[in-house]
Parts: sequence; structure tokens; C-alpha cells
Amino acid sequence: MTSPAKTELVTVNIDGKEIAVPKGTNVIEAARLVGVDVPHYCYHPKLSVVGNCRMCLVEMGMPAVDPATKAPVMDPATGCQKINWIPRPQIGCATNASPGLHIRTQTPQIRDCREGVMEFLLINHPLDCPICDQAGECKLQEQSTGYGRGYSRFVEQKNVKPKRTQLGPRVTLDDERCILCSRCIRFSKEIAKDDVLGFIDRGSYSTLTCYPGRKLENNYSLNTVDICPVGALTSTDFRFKMRVWFLKQTNSLDTESSVGANTVVWSREGVIYRITPRRNDAVNDTWMADSGRLLYKAVRAESRLTAKDSLAALLARAETILRLSPGLAAVVGSGQSSVEEQFLTRQLAHALNAPAYLVSRTAEGDGILVSADRNPNVRGALVTGLVSDLPQPYLDDLGEAIDRGDVRTVVSVGEDLMAAGLSATQLAKISVIQLGTQVCASSVAASVVIPTLTVFEKAGTMINQQFRLQRFAKAVAGPVGAFDDLEVLARLIAAAGGPAEPSDLAGVWTRLAAEIPALRGLSYAAVPETGVVLDASPWASLPFVEGESLHHRPALVAASA
Amino acid sequence: MPAPAQRRIIFQHIDEPGYTNDLACYLRHGGYANLRQAVTRKPEELIDEVKKSGLRGRGGAGFPCGVKWDLVDRKSGKPIYLVVNADESEPGTFKDRYIIHQDPHQLIEGIMITCFANNVKQAYIYIRGEFPEGARILEKAIAEARAGGFVGPNILGTGYGCEIYVHRGAGAYICGEETGLIESLEGKRPYPRIKPPYFPAVLGLYQCPTIVNNVETLCHVKKIVEIGGEAYAKIGTPNNTGTRILCVSGHVQRPGYYEFEVGKVTLGELLNEVCGGPLPGRRFKAVIPGGSSAKVLRFGERFKGKRKIGNDLVDYDWGVEDVPMDFDCLAMIGSMGGSGGVIVMDDSVDIVAALANINEFYAHESCGQCTPCREGSLWMKKISARMVHGEARTEDGALLKSVADQIAGRTICAFGEACSWPTQSFLAKFGDEFKAYPESRKAAAAPAVPLA
Ligand SMILES: Cc1cc2nc3c(=O)[nH]c(=O)nc-3n(C[C@H](O)[C@H](O)[C@H](O)COP(=O)(O)O)c2cc1C
Ligand code: SF4
Ligand code: SF4
Ligand code: FES
Repeated sequence: MTSPAKTELVTVNIDGKEIAVPKGTNVIEAARLVGVDVPHYCYHPKLSVVGNCRMCLVEMGMPAVDPATKAPVMDPATGCQKINWIPRPQIGCATNASPGLHIRTQTPQIRDCREGVMEFLLINHPLDCPICDQAGECKLQEQSTGYGRGYSRFVEQKNVKPKRTQLGPRVTLDDERCILCSRCIRFSKEIAKDDVLGFIDRGSYSTLTCYPGRKLENNYSLNTVDICPVGALTSTDFRFKMRVWFLKQTNSLDTESSVGANTVVWSREGVIYRITPRRNDAVNDTWMADSGRLLYKAVRAESRLTAKDSLAALLARAETILRLSPGLAAVVGSGQSSVEEQFLTRQLAHALNAPAYLVSRTAEGDGILVSADRNPNVRGALVTGLVSDLPQPYLDDLGEAIDRGDVRTVVSVGEDLMAAGLSATQLAKISVIQLGTQVCASSVAASVVIPTLTVFEKAGTMINQQFRLQRFAKAVAGPVGAFDDLEVLARLIAAAGGPAEPSDLAGVWTRLAAEIPALRGLSYAAVPETGVVLDASPWASLPFVEGESLHHRPALVAASA
Repeated sequence: MPAPAQRRIIFQHIDEPGYTNDLACYLRHGGYANLRQAVTRKPEELIDEVKKSGLRGRGGAGFPCGVKWDLVDRKSGKPIYLVVNADESEPGTFKDRYIIHQDPHQLIEGIMITCFANNVKQAYIYIRGEFPEGARILEKAIAEARAGGFVGPNILGTGYGCEIYVHRGAGAYICGEETGLIESLEGKRPYPRIKPPYFPAVLGLYQCPTIVNNVETLCHVKKIVEIGGEAYAKIGTPNNTGTRILCVSGHVQRPGYYEFEVGKVTLGELLNEVCGGPLPGRRFKAVIPGGSSAKVLRFGERFKGKRKIGNDLVDYDWGVEDVPMDFDCLAMIGSMGGSGGVIVMDDSVDIVAALANINEFYAHESCGQCTPCREGSLWMKKISARMVHGEARTEDGALLKSVADQIAGRTICAFGEACSWPTQSFLAKFGDEFKAYPESRKAAAAPAVPLA
């Protein structure tokens, strides 16, 4: 491993507060570090800087030196080096830290600048906050409260622009609300690599639009909604559904691939309304794929499994089945299960003295935030020792074992055995104990179905393609008739005659920290919000399927490069 | 004292009977001799001549040309481009078009000398979309020059090669702003770039070092090489060397183009003697001395202060008529020489309507990139149009000024100043007329059809 290049630190002074920041840090970010808010619209930490909104104007000065001798010029009044202030305000977003840089944000001139920009942004704005989805998380609302004049001097007609353009299948545009910051355009071009948005017309009549004949339909289109500072771009799915201030935010993960994009799940009274990305500069920056935002629909899907019987009754039936053919069981674990569940799945296989399989899920990666491995947690299965190798494309080995009569019972932890490659004939030869959340071919064929929870209804950890252990938390309660996965697994282990295993997160983590070398000394609570990277060396030689993506270069590629 | 005579060095042959814009005529008049001579000299020497000449850019800002060339990053290893700004869009300005139409080879010679001096291998002439005839003339002239060995792969047998391409704009004033122009040349919307970091001398066209010069500026370069930088510096006045073409339009007897040594003619001499004074029965009311964005002057106002002549500070006390037409004096009295467009208004002019007209232009031409200019320019247009065509309020003048004050100095490019200086200066100079406007409207005739 190479150590990161040492960044030179420079000391800057912001509103009288000194701080050392890496050279080149811009004034908005440097000010954030000393608790000074530099309001802005067009600047986004992950996009190119264009400096068009002019909200971030600040006063800038540099220490005075004698032009001839280069000796510092002292100010007799303060005894400190004199500062030469530039009379013209400068934009903070494009002003980078250099040694001795002085910034003032609280002067009458800057107050006036901000009031001016706020007034300009509002004169042609429809001010339809009462019916606008962005209300409550709108930068225009926040900053007009913080930095505006509070009254209007505008008596002319406002400009009229298109009100509800469908830019694509998931994004609706209200051009009258657009403040022309160009964030969405830059995102489409620079991150999604799908340069479909642009402005037409000019001046105050400038109008955001999609290139003729094209649509904003790439799998990242909803990020434009996230970064739109106002209510111009809205999610067609979320539009008019809920006021954001009623929503509870829960940190979670995007489970659609091994990238493990960090997310926030927004819910109210047990109902999820939307999923948005959560910033993690080492994983997904501030982005996530559209496809990952729809996963919450599984919670209230028509196909959701629930049971009328009690868990005790279901487990009793499972125990009977397991007793019928001792020594002839197999366990199919899942790369979609959490690390904790995978550990207990391993313990279940041990208790049954049964082989454990993992189901592979691969497809082409998009090079951004959806990787080729569509299981979010294959590495968890490796780390916990559930399996020791990458999964085969299909469960062919298991199928053969069934055909040979070596396997009579299969416990499937959330996997559809048919989709994973078993034939209907093979299924008919075995008894299936099916755990899971959705109706599928193997739940239909199963002897016992034990409904469990979706990722939104429980807590746990997963290990992404970078071997980064990340947490997800419980956003909503599960439905009646679905049971916590850990409890189900712990009780199945007992039913299989295994030792007593904990059925709660903290308890499982005590076991993990003791049993699993890569997790030694860790606990659920100790995992930081941005995750922790584990030692991947035991698995370094495995041919993982992922290609390059936003913050990931596969080890083999990196080594050969 | 009678007005000094014109000194025509750019217009030396232009308007002469029989002078045509083809290569043969240009050669008959000694054309391309300066290029022939230039390519035998060291490029650094040529740059030195331009520095010594004190030439200041004729595109608007009056930036010293030699200093601009000095700023070019010559160590990057990237190609250096020359971009000729022929976008001439500032209202009241019409000199570059005339040069291109009447004497395109003079421009081409200036371009080639500049390219040779700066080791440029590719030059672009960015000509505004509304000049189709000019573009055609340039294309033809470049073809002739290429055939003559003055442009192309092997210039005058020296082995040095340079191409010139003509690029037509699509009709936007902002394409005249150098970084907007560069974006447009790259095929994008002409959104001016933020400076820092995108100074053309370092990160210009295709992120390569780029020199942007005005058409007239480059013609002066040719002249400088002809007579030498020191000799050129003796034309005009110190720090305001050479000649410049003044484009006079509006309410004078003889509007048109006039070429004078910089600073040798006063506004009064120019308007009263050279241009024949006001129209019969009229009096001058206001003049904009450097293109529509320059601050307006009101006849009757006086400017007092001290100015440097040589090493001495001397008092000056000028009326509008006494102001010498040079960069420094016009800046001293709070306006600018700008693009050389002198716009004259007599006492028939409704000053509020005049401002409404200018505001209409700038609101139409703001690129719309940055908030203060985009919103402020249209707001000022809406207010002033309403004053003229709808209901004027006594407080509108103060509001107009306050809007303009929220723009200048806070934008990406100098369009912010260009669109707010008219309002600021009209209000400063004619505030009384804005205040009295609601009353005077009541007495006026029925309103005209509103502006679109
Ligand atoms: C809004 C705006 C419009 C401009 N339009 C023109 C123009 O039409 N022609 C021109 O030569 N310069 C124009 N300029 C000035 C150019 O940016 C640039 O300074 C000039 O071309 C440099 O040439 P010079 O140094 O030879 O004067 C404009 C500047 C601004 C801010
Ligand atoms: S739609 Fe939103 S993000 Fe896009 S330019 Fe307008 S305000 Fe900015
Ligand atoms: S000042 Fe006006 S013309 Fe210049 S970049 Fe800003 S909006 Fe465009
Ligand atoms: S954040 Fe928009 S100009 Fe700096």
C-alpha cells in the first residue's frame, strides 16, 4: 500500500479565526471548518466550480509586503502585519487557501452582496413554497431567511416559464423555480457521463431543458433532484407525497450491489417515502443510483411474505423436518444477508453438519455506483467463514447432491432456489425450509416458510467491495407476521440441536469479535458512520467480479497497472 | 484654436479613390512589406517594439498590448493561439467592420506579424454573425494571402507556418467578451469563464495560452513594426499613444469615423468642429464617449481635479467640451474611452427613454450565467420600460440605481459593469429628469406601443 501524498497545510484567517487547511481548499470549505457559513448555491463539493450564483461573495485580503524588500509591512495600530484588502468582493467557491489568506464574511459590503443576490433570485421566482416539495429543505428558503432583506421591491411582471416538464421517467422540472445554478447540468455531464441537460435562451429567460429527442433517463437522474438547491427538479415518485419535515431519517445502505452506497431512508409512522444518498467520500461521494432508491418498494410489495402462525409454531414444523433426515441437510446462505445473519447461518450449517452454499448474483457493472456483483455482502460471507470461496454462478453442486440423494432438506436463507439454478424436479425431491421476505418459486414449493425482515426493518452490517464494513440501521418496524432474521436463525440453530447463540445484534457482535479474526476488537456501535476497512489479505487472490467504479479499483487491476 | 487635423494611419488608404480591398491593390500600396521585414527579425525584438510603443488595446479595456503578450505562458509546451476579436457589438461602435470591409489585408498583415512575434501557429478571427459580408471578404482575402505566401505552411519561404481561420458568431454581444468568445469558439454557449483561474494568457482556447486582441489593435501592431515602437510612442500623448478611430453617432451634423492621435482632440472639438455641431436649432444634451456601456456625460457639468502632466501635478477644470479624448482623461472624469463609440444626444432626447433603450439591449444580451447581471439587467429594463410606456413612479429612479449598485463589481465578467454603468450614470447625471418623469408623462402625448 502506498501512503497518501502529504498535503501541504496553509494557515488562513476567516473572520479573525486562524485555521490550517490543505493548500487549495476553497474558502467555503475552510470556513465550514471554523464554523462560519458561507452561503452558496452553485458550488457543490463534488462538481466543477463555475461561480455563477454569486451568493458566496466574501472580502479577501493578503498580508502586505514591501514591494522592494519583500519585508512584511506592519500595522502600527495592531502591531500585526497589515492586510491589503481587495475592494471588490471575491467568490469563496473559486478562492483557494494560500498562505496568509484573510477572509471577511461579516462586513456591510458582504451583507449587501448577499441581500442583493437573494433579492435577484426571488424577483422572478414563483414563491409557491406552499405547494412545493422542496419546502423545508430548500436553500432558497433557508438563505432568504438567513441573508435576505425580508421584503420585495419588485412590482413588475414575473417571467413565465414551463411549469411541469417531464425530463425523463423519474424527474419532473419546474423551470420557474430554477435558479440556473447548472448543478444538474454539471452532474449529468461530469458524473453520470450523460450530457443531456442544458440551458436554452439567454439572460433571465434562460431555461433548463433536455437535449431535443433525448431524455434524462440514466440510472443516476435522481441525483439531480438531490442537488437541485430549489424545487425545480423533483422526483416524480416523491412529488406531492409528504412534507419533508415530518420525515424521520435513518442511515442505511444501498443493497443493490457490492458498492454499498451510503443512504438515508426517509420515513414517517412506519412508512418509507424515499431514499437519498448519504455522503461518503470514500464510497459514493454524494451520489447513488436511481435503482437503489426504489428498493424500499419491497417493504409493502404485494408479494411480501407474512405468516398467520406464530414463530414458535413455524419453528416446531421446521424442527420436525430437520429431524426426519439427519445428516442430509444443506444450507443456502445469501450475499444479501447481513454479516451477523451470515455468521448465524454458518453456525446453523455447523449445527446441522451441513454444507453451506452462497448464491451468486452478477451482471454488468456501470463503472459508477452499481458494480458487477449485485450481492451487497459476498465479502461478509467470506469474512464470517460461511463460505471460503466465491459463489458458483448456479447451485449446480447442490443440484447434483440432491440428485445423488445426499441432500434431502435445504434451509434457504432468503434465496429463491429455483432462480439460483435448482430445477422443479430437484425441488420436488427435497423439503425446503424457506426464510425470506417475498413470494418466490421456492417459497411456494417450501414445506415451511418463515417470513423475515427487509433491510429497512432491521439493523446490521455489510462488507462492500472495498472490504469496508458498514452499518445500516432500522428505519421502520416490520409487518405483523414477519420475524427478525437473527432471532429466526438463533432458534433454528437450537432446533437443529446446536449450541445457544445470541439473537440480538450486540450479542452476535460479542461472538463475531471473539471468533472472526478480521473483526477482532470491533463492535456494532464502534463502526464509524463511514465504515471501517478490514484487512482483506486472506482473500486477495480471489477473482472478484467487480470492475472499476467510482472509488474502487479491483486489487488485481491495481496490481497489474 | 481650430481642431487638429485627423491623423490617419489605420485609415491611411481607406476611402482613397480607387483603393480596393483586394491583394493586388494592397501590394501596390506597399502591402506585406512589414511582414516581409518582420520575419527576418527575432520574435522577441518585435514584442519589444510593441512594448516600447505603449499601444493600448482598442477593444474596450485599453489594456497595454505588450504587457498582455508578456503574460502569455510560453513554458507550458502547449500551442499558443491568437484570437482576433471581430465581434464588434458594443452599440455605437463600427470601426472594425470598416477596417475589415475596406482593408482586410492590413488586418491579416497585423495578425501574421503578431503570430510570428508570439510563435503562434493558428489564429482565429471571431467575427460577429451579423457581418456575413465581412466574413466573406476575410475568407477571400485570406485565400489571396495564402496564395501569395503570406499565410499558410511556409510563409515567405521562411519555414514558419501559420493558418488563419474565420469563425462566425451566431449573434450574441457576450461573444465579444474574451472568455465568452473562447467558449463560443470551442463550440459551447458563450458563458464567460471565471478569472482566476481561466486567464486566456494561461488557460485560454482549448485550455492553451491564448492572446485575444481587437481588430484595430492588431492593425496598430503592423504600424508599430513599420515605424518602430519608439516612433509610434511619439504619436498621441504619453501613456495614450498612437491614433484611435472614433465612431461618432447620434445628433451631430456629420456622424462617422474619424481617426485622431489619442488625446490630441477634445470632445468639444470633435463634436463641434469635426462633426459640425448639433443639428439645426438643437443643443447637445448628453454624450456617451466610449460605447453604450461607458458612463454618460451631461453637457454643462464640470470636472475638477489634479492630473499628472510629465512629472507635474496640474489642476484641471473642464466642461464636457474640454475633455481630451484619451483613455486616462476619460477615466479621470469617471467615464471611459472604451471602444471609441461616441454617442451624442441633443435636447430632443427623452433621457429616461434613452436609458430604457440601453437597458433593453443589455437585458437582451446578458448571457444569463450569473445572478446579479442576469436578473438585474432584466429588472432594470422592466422598470425603465414601464416608466416610459406605463406608469412611472417618483421612486423608480432610486430603485433603478439601487438595482444597478447590486450588480457592478459582483459578476463573472465585465458585462456586469457594462449593464449597470448606464443606469448608474444616467441617474447620477439626470436624476432630476427621472424624479420629474411621472409629472412630465402626464403632460405628454398618448403612450407609444410598448416595447416587446
Ligand atoms: C461584455 C463585453 C463585450 C466585449 N465586446 C468586445 C467586442 O465586441 N470587441 C472587442 O474587441 N472587445 C470586446 N470586449 C473586450 C474583450 O474582452 C477583450 O478585452 C478585447 O478583445 C481585448 O483586445 P484588446 O486588448 O486588443 O483591446 C468586450 C468585453 C466585454 C466585457
Ligand atoms: S434545475 Fe435546479 S440544479 Fe438545475 S440549474 Fe436549475 S436550480 Fe440548478
Ligand atoms: S456578468 Fe452577465 S454576461 Fe457576464 S457572465 Fe455574468 S451573466 Fe453573463
Ligand atoms: S457558490 Fe455560486 S458563485 Fe460561489
